[in-house]
Amino acid sequence: MSVIQALDISLAVLVLAVAIWTIVSRDAFAAVVGYVAYGLLVSLVWVRLFAVDVALTEAAIGSGVTGVLLISAAVRLRGTEAAVAAEWPGAGSRVLAAALCMVVTAALAAVVLTMPDPGATLAPEAARHLAETELGNPVTAVLMAFRALDTLLEKVVLFLAVIGVWSLAADGNWGGIAGPRRATNRQGALAFLAQLLPPVGIVVAIHIVWIGANEPGGAFQGGAILAAMWMIVIMARLAEAPAIGERRLRLALVAGPAVFLAVGLMGFAVANAFLAYPAGLAKPLIVFVEVFMTLSIAVSLPMLVLGPPDRPSS
Amino acid sequence: MSAPTLAGLTGAALVGLGLYGLLVHPHPLRKLLGFNLLGSGVFLLFGIIARKGAAAGFAADPVPQAMVITGIVVAFCATALSVALLLRLFEAGGAATLRPDVGRDDSD
Amino acid sequence: MNTAIDIFTVVAICAGAAFFMAGSVGLLRFPDSLTRLHALTKADNLGLGLIVLGLLPQADSLLGGLKLVAVWLLVQLASATVAQLIAQALRHRGRGT
Repeated sequence: MSVIQALDISLAVLVLAVAIWTIVSRDAFAAVVGYVAYGLLVSLVWVRLFAVDVALTEAAIGSGVTGVLLISAAVRLRGTEAAVAAEWPGAGSRVLAAALCMVVTAALAAVVLTMPDPGATLAPEAARHLAETELGNPVTAVLMAFRALDTLLEKVVLFLAVIGVWSLAADGNWGGIAGPRRATNRQGALAFLAQLLPPVGIVVAIHIVWIGANEPGGAFQGGAILAAMWMIVIMARLAEAPAIGERRLRLALVAGPAVFLAVGLMGFAVANAFLAYPAGLAKPLIVFVEVFMTLSIAVSLPMLVLGPPDRPSS
Repeated sequence: MSAPTLAGLTGAALVGLGLYGLLVHPHPLRKLLGFNLLGSGVFLLFGIIARKGAAAGFAADPVPQAMVITGIVVAFCATALSVALLLRLFEAGGAATLRPDVGRDDSD
Repeated sequence: MNTAIDIFTVVAICAGAAFFMAGSVGLLRFPDSLTRLHALTKADNLGLGLIVLGLLPQADSLLGGLKLVAVWLLVQLASATVAQLIAQALRHRGRGT
């Protein structure tokens, strides 16, 4: 067994051990912390699968932003665990559920083990048309050109999720503000970090969006970093989140899907198909759309994490 | 055993684990964790399909990879909406439970 | 020359891994949160620093090397902040367990 193989096996064991911890841990807070560690470990697995774009997304959104969301929820729901302890299903049901899950796992494992190698692939198709998009990163080409409809709809899902979260606000708070209040006292480690880090983070985010055309990176990953910078500033209480009724916020939220849709409709006129790019202009248009998508992602993620507005804007 | 097969088996195990958490845990937040584990297990299965589809000079098929990226963002949206609903349920009824008879006014 | 650089890399990374090991052992063995925090931040920063130092000569470009140093600095910043926040939370709670 080679060293790499031993490391792969240790990584898989570690991932499964942390995953089991998030299921069996008694304390919800500990389980959520375990889930954050799990997300980072899984992004290492993605690196081993040569899917660096996915690894970046998993680390930023799957582990980072989801982690902030779940940790703050776990803190607010602390004390509700004892009440539901009585609702555990009986031993018989649990054994039955475990058996069912084992059957599912065994079936999937059988599929994995019998999968043909090399398997079915669309890589040659993607490679053949990559030159037409003038992009160097095939994943970005799939996201923004070959399967652009998926990405457009996913932006709409993100937008609908924000509306869904906002609509849970109490009547009096509609149009109000979510998240922590601004504090006048700007001392402390978090305030220091929130002042030092954003300039660096913004440069890194722009870099990741820009190189996403040719190397691993892109609007999702860069947008998540921008969102993280904004969330640090809000959590350090240096600035409040904007009121959800504010026009600039709403424009930023719809900018991504709207520009994407407009460029897609333009495809009818100039290239005879929805979401088609005119020859020679593909890359500039894709980068143009990605800039607005990044903005919308950077604004949507903090809105989803902060939750519905809990006080009216003054 | 090759790295992709190992990752695929890990994914299969994660689907089972997540499903178990989703079915058995009574606390909605823990069910959400199970749901997310299940999702990431499914994504890893996509990962092995991508890796086994390596061709044309790419180390992995870019199409499943792009789908996983989209999936991670959509899974986050679903999680965020569920967390918001759960916190609202807790605010309204003072309990975080999915049992229909708890936290409801007895008069209705 | 290349062999000398490779030996330097291997030695530095092994030393870094040893610090990670020591930090992890401390995390598991130390009795309360503050000492565990001590084990984690001190040992991990030095461990990561040595690993980055070892990888620097292997970087294929100046930009690659600078990125490695940037990663190290950002991790330093994040772990120092997190250590402060956890310690603050512990003091707020009035106990170190």
